[in-house]
Amino acid sequence: MSTQDTFDYSAHVPSNAEKFRQRTLPLLIFAAILVAIPLTGPSRTMYTLMHQMGINIVLAMSYNMLLGRAGLLSFGHAVYFGFGGYFAMHVMNWIADGSGIWGGFPVFLLPVLGFGAGALAGAVIGWPSCRRAGTTFAMISLGVAELVASGAFMFDGFFGGEQGISGDRMNGPQMFGLTLGPISQVYWFIAFWTIVGVAGMYAFTRTPLGKLSEATRDNPQRVQFIGYNPQRVRYMVFIFAGGFAGLAGAMSAVNYEIFTPDAFSLGPSGFILIMAYVGGITYFVGPIFGAILLTYMQSMMSDFTDAWLLYLGVLFISIVMFAPRGLAGIVFGFGAGLRGPRPRAFLITWLTHLAGIALMLIGLIVLVEIAVRWSNGYGEAFAPFGLPLAQSNPLSWLLVLLSALAGGALTRRAARMREAQA
Amino acid sequence: METIVFALVNGVIYGLLLFMLSSGLTLIFSMMGVLNFAHASFYMLGAFFAYTIMGATSFWLALIFAPILVGLIGAAVERYGLRRVHVNGHVAELLFTFGLAYLIEEIVKIVYGKTAVNYRVPSILDFPAVQIYGADLPAYRIFMLFVAMAMLIGLWLLLRRTRAGLIIQAALSHPHMVGHLGHNVPLIFMTVFGIGCALAGLAGVIAGNIFVTDPSMAVQMGPIVFVVVVVGGIGSLEGAFVASLLIGLLQNLAVGINASFADIFGFLGLTSASEVGSITVSSLGPVLPFLLLVLILIFRPQGLMGEREL
Repeated sequence: MSTQDTFDYSAHVPSNAEKFRQRTLPLLIFAAILVAIPLTGPSRTMYTLMHQMGINIVLAMSYNMLLGRAGLLSFGHAVYFGFGGYFAMHVMNWIADGSGIWGGFPVFLLPVLGFGAGALAGAVIGWPSCRRAGTTFAMISLGVAELVASGAFMFDGFFGGEQGISGDRMNGPQMFGLTLGPISQVYWFIAFWTIVGVAGMYAFTRTPLGKLSEATRDNPQRVQFIGYNPQRVRYMVFIFAGGFAGLAGAMSAVNYEIFTPDAFSLGPSGFILIMAYVGGITYFVGPIFGAILLTYMQSMMSDFTDAWLLYLGVLFISIVMFAPRGLAGIVFGFGAGLRGPRPRAFLITWLTHLAGIALMLIGLIVLVEIAVRWSNGYGEAFAPFGLPLAQSNPLSWLLVLLSALAGGALTRRAARMREAQA
Repeated sequence: METIVFALVNGVIYGLLLFMLSSGLTLIFSMMGVLNFAHASFYMLGAFFAYTIMGATSFWLALIFAPILVGLIGAAVERYGLRRVHVNGHVAELLFTFGLAYLIEEIVKIVYGKTAVNYRVPSILDFPAVQIYGADLPAYRIFMLFVAMAMLIGLWLLLRRTRAGLIIQAALSHPHMVGHLGHNVPLIFMTVFGIGCALAGLAGVIAGNIFVTDPSMAVQMGPIVFVVVVVGGIGSLEGAFVASLLIGLLQNLAVGINASFADIFGFLGLTSASEVGSITVSSLGPVLPFLLLVLILIFRPQGLMGEREL
């Protein structure tokens, strides 16, 4: 019982200023940005895009509660999004009918019910699936997602068949004086619930359950050894993740005023997974990066090119192979490198790498765009900046080859420089 | 009676086709511990390559060269992709194959177009071979049966009767020991991955012209192949065989049954007016494999014949 080997932990406790800077301030900045955006007078298209981004941010972060925090790879996260959204859609119609207690329920609070529906779906489906982690969990989630996706087309009463169910958000009592009619008012709804979702999920990581979920991911045996049941930890995390996905579903229901059974299919589930992973699953804010970038790509790039899914696949595979910590890892790694001992050497290496990647990307884009136009067979030529690059033009193939080779050489050089620095 | 016979014949053929796909997948899985999400994409590549080769030469050359080509691509994927990702763990490997499936589908869409290609049964096999209850059984179905059986026997002989098969089996369970004995384990892995992909490609060659050869055929087939592997038991070829036949028969028999839930559970007071009652068994056909998957994973996670849990 000597006091010598006790360690004074109080010196390691973060001060209140540090707590504020690391925990509260980023959220306040995020909220301030969301509040400031309407001051710039965004166009209708921008609003539509930002609403989708808000929904996807909550959705991707709720997915990361499973993949990043609890180590559970799910292929069916869209199921909980769908249940939350469908329930919100039904309530929206009950509000419109004005029958019973629902007549007095504000549409603004629908995401609370979406959370409940998603959590309930998580509680039912999670019971059998959370007993095991790893590949078993992934396969069960895939099977359940397929089951629900096909089942959704069988029960038309709840899911509304092919055309889904639609509603009108401009009913029931108003909150904060928002009629939710014009798109600029819906913005406040989306912004409010995005902040609530992000803050809620951050608060979750600070709870004992949030800490335990990370411990269960890293070493389930030790968690069991200190007296917790890993299965129950996974199950409870799963319920919360389902709840936040349901919240995003209700946001989507209010924003689009329609929900179709397609929301349950494997496509959306895969997109959620890609968003979270591309953003970076090891960081709490990673999925925000992924959601913003991929939503932007989804709505903007599909106007420019037929092959945007190909670019998405290339992006995803490159992240998996070369940058497993995702976009957030790249951004934070850049910051850490600049603050490192040799910022100049780091910056040169980084720029070399960037130039190499950009060159290879140019080669890829030219190749893909020429191929897409050849495949469409309309006889239209790919002409970036007025430079016609037909497939018969040797210049285009030279461009593809040269930029790919130069880009490859530059990235290899950057890798060698990095090795020399290490 | 004739419905049952036809469902049985078609179920067996479909089941053998599933086995061609799942045998490679289950070997790869027991070896690397990774479910190859892109396995069905190699099946699709087989069908499209066969279409191209058949257009230039003949079906018989396609039957030989399309699977070899697919196998080479598979080996390259293992060598330059999976092996690199391996250091980042199983989740990264699974996600890599997930992205690969995306990529292959998009590339196929660019090269072959978004709609189905006209990949036909060769005219030499395009005649009714047998008559059962007045209906014709096409010769090509019999041919499929023979190819599948030949592959099954060939695989069994390779794994159980040759020295190479012995080393592969040893590498599946004890890769380090096999490596210490002086065998090149990464090369074995690459070869098995290539062979698995080639088998999937062969399935694509002989199935693409009976079903539709279009860019969505991988997405349709992929999840069902997983079901087969998991239901059969990880790493168990026998299990994969049983599960393939089971699912093939289950799906084909279900499609033939016109009864609705109200007819079956009528004694419980279920009427066909209600939503549950109006569901027919035939419409359940596509769902049955996934129901089976979830039930197996909950009640018997090691699969029908597997020795270890997933």
